[in-house]
Amino acid sequence: MAVTDQQQIHYIASQAADIRLNVELQTEEMTLNLGPQHPATHGTLRVVAKLDGEQVVKADVVCGYMHRGYEKLVEVRTYPQINTLINRIDWLSSFANEVPFILAAEDLMEVEAPPRAQWIRTVFFELSRIANITLFIGEMGVQLGAITPVFFAFRDREHVLNLIEEATGGRFHPNFDRIGGLKDDLPRGWIAETKEAMRRIRGYCDELEDLLMGNEIFEARTRGVGVIPADIGLSYGLSGANIRASGVDWDLRRDAPSPLAWKELDWKVWTHPDGDSFARYWVRLQETREATKMVDQLLDGLPSGPIQAKVPRIIKVPAGEAWAHTENPLGEMGYYLVSQGGLGPFRCKIRSASFHNVSIAPWLLKGVYVPDIITILASLYFILGDIDR
Amino acid sequence: MPELPGLAKGLGVTFKTMINTWTKGAVTVQYPHEKEDLAPRTRGVIALKEENCTVCMLCARECPDWCIYIEGHKEKRPPRREGGKPRTVNVLDRFDIDYALCMYCGICVEVCPFDALFWSPEYEYSESSIADLLHDKDKLGEWMMTVPEPPALEAGAAKKK
Amino acid sequence: MLALEIPYWQLTIIKTAVVLSIIPVGALLLGYVFLLKMMAHMQSRMGPMEPGGFHGWFQLFGDAIKFIQKEDIIPSEADRRVFALAPLVVLVSTFLLYIVIPAGPRLVVQDLDVGIFYALAVSSLGVIGVLMAGWASANKFALMGSLRAAGQLIAYELPLILAVVGVVIQAGTMSLQGIVHAQADGAIFGLSWFGNPFIFTQLIGFAIFLAAAQAELTQTPFDMPVAESELVAGFMTEYSGFRFLFFFMAEFGTAFALSAIAATLYLGGWSLPGIEGTLADILGPVVLGAKVMLVAFLIFWIRFTFPRFREDQLQAFAWKILIPLSLVNIMATAAFKVFV
Repeated sequence: MAVTDQQQIHYIASQAADIRLNVELQTEEMTLNLGPQHPATHGTLRVVAKLDGEQVVKADVVCGYMHRGYEKLVEVRTYPQINTLINRIDWLSSFANEVPFILAAEDLMEVEAPPRAQWIRTVFFELSRIANITLFIGEMGVQLGAITPVFFAFRDREHVLNLIEEATGGRFHPNFDRIGGLKDDLPRGWIAETKEAMRRIRGYCDELEDLLMGNEIFEARTRGVGVIPADIGLSYGLSGANIRASGVDWDLRRDAPSPLAWKELDWKVWTHPDGDSFARYWVRLQETREATKMVDQLLDGLPSGPIQAKVPRIIKVPAGEAWAHTENPLGEMGYYLVSQGGLGPFRCKIRSASFHNVSIAPWLLKGVYVPDIITILASLYFILGDIDR
Repeated sequence: MPELPGLAKGLGVTFKTMINTWTKGAVTVQYPHEKEDLAPRTRGVIALKEENCTVCMLCARECPDWCIYIEGHKEKRPPRREGGKPRTVNVLDRFDIDYALCMYCGICVEVCPFDALFWSPEYEYSESSIADLLHDKDKLGEWMMTVPEPPALEAGAAKKK
Repeated sequence: MLALEIPYWQLTIIKTAVVLSIIPVGALLLGYVFLLKMMAHMQSRMGPMEPGGFHGWFQLFGDAIKFIQKEDIIPSEADRRVFALAPLVVLVSTFLLYIVIPAGPRLVVQDLDVGIFYALAVSSLGVIGVLMAGWASANKFALMGSLRAAGQLIAYELPLILAVVGVVIQAGTMSLQGIVHAQADGAIFGLSWFGNPFIFTQLIGFAIFLAAAQAELTQTPFDMPVAESELVAGFMTEYSGFRFLFFFMAEFGTAFALSAIAATLYLGGWSLPGIEGTLADILGPVVLGAKVMLVAFLIFWIRFTFPRFREDQLQAFAWKILIPLSLVNIMATAAFKVFV
């Protein structure tokens, strides 16, 4: 039964008689649309927030503006063609997208890549992690108003992109992984250049620590903002640095079996107990440093040998189902490959990290101030291509 | 006042970067006047060596975007030896790559069994109309001159057979 | 001025022309040197290099010409008259600031007895312009930006004024020309050749003045009203073309003016030790210009390095830190003045 105006007036009058509620201060809720075209959302993400003054009452995340239909596309493509396409899911760390798919296909074909290929795959995986997260470290500054760190990010990330270009031919989309190994071996001089670049990236991490992370204003903006308790994070399916910043010690590189070379290395998983935006930034900075050290170790111990196992020219993966997942820079990425023996898969389900990472946003954004929306979305760090595929 | 060190260190970083830009130069190049050297494997543009092409159509088939258009016809050529059968040869009529569609993935280069396609680091071929990005085999043949030697491999790589 | 007796109304026209031309010149100079070039150098790049040939000096002129020839877009829901008037209000407050700034012993448009008081009062007029812009835009983002701006600008007026009170106590006069003379003719521990620039004794006041000026100019770390990555452009979102040009000129013109005021109050203005008389009239603007660039360097250096405060942290910084500090500064200065 609808409430009539008369009843509403009586109700308000009776409330006004209660001195604890001042009717004049009741404000209407405003709907703020951080629309698909917005500098703060990394791409075409839409956040519809209902505000009460400067606080968010309810926030809805509308994604899908960048849906490219990957899972349908791969049903009508052959395996080499799919490799080209899936580079573009998370475009900042493209090599990392190819790896789980190739691992799933290799699993079904029962082909093992030679050790040199596995080690170089790990090198490129970690390089793509560095390329991705160095951009995040600078770009979180821009979301908070510091315009300089992002230029440093692009400047020092250039070294990694140049390395990837020298070895694979493409800066952003290497298209380098093949079923059974890699496309090419490394060009001469690459190992020395990579070590130099890793040294530079470590210098960049130190510089950003001074410039941004140690900054009191940055800490005031990020500490205590967007706290994700570990159990809520796990129930929403968060992965990667987001969940490690809430204290959960979970890293697929160490905890899940994988043919890549991570278990041969001496490295550390970084966690932080706080679970706020500062913790997520801190964990990612440490992970970048750790990744540079891992690349150094990998290059020191690189085994020699062939770069690709014997694979038929026309690739036909035998019928079966396989699941492969890896610790991508954005989180856990996995492919569930269903093959019926054809030239291409019958069905491939892509589990992308950012889709689950951003699902916590409505819960997380309740009750925060408008500037904190930006801080929280920036610290969750999603890439639209990863959310929408 | 919050403790100065964090804020002061940040100011120090930007100041130091400014001095570095004055003394050691910027990290950017002034593009039309200076150009950077690209790696030999850089995927800039695809070049066609017409003599090697046998119109097998593998590249057109494997392209994820179907951006290669090939037309050819069969011709009879005189036999190699005396008294043999006349040979049938595939002659290339049309080999167009539509660079508006090309994803620069390299599948066509990889798949060609006769080494007719090569990568070249050339990148200055922009046009003002999308239709002009369909390059024919003469243009693709011109780009063969910009194809570099493949680089030597790192120590530890298996020798190429 | 020199030895000529120029009738009053002709003098007024000359002075008006000078002030009207200093705004764009000052804005362009600051914009080019700091916003384009210094920011670029701090980011390991060169900034504009092509327009005009030598290090792109023509870039901002070209931008101004581009803005002037753009279509004048006013949103259909907007209040047209208020929308058009808002940038002019902000510009007017900038113009009025230049009236009291001395550039030489005889180079000042009008040396008011209440010089600095007038300057700070008039700079608050800009708030009205900002509110008008946000309201008339009929855009939620703009409205939020302008409300934030109003709160911030009013909150930071107080530290600005209180910081200056210390200088006024030390100089004994509110007239800017008088303050410059007090610094030029003053003495530190008996050594009088250097004068007594108030920055040595009023260092805290200088820091507070700079922080408050940064907030008055809505520069990072106090640029919530124009938070680029959140509200697109805050209260200026719906402004394009020459109306945006007015806002831009007003922002950088005010930056120039506030830096000039800071240089006058704390660094000695146009005075240089040992320069007197007509030479001071000629060199005064140059000296003042150099000091303005120094202060503006500090302002923009901070702008390019720090992230921005959130609105409540911004207000807390003003009310809980800057104002008590400036009150302590005033009491200390007064105590020194009386007893020492």
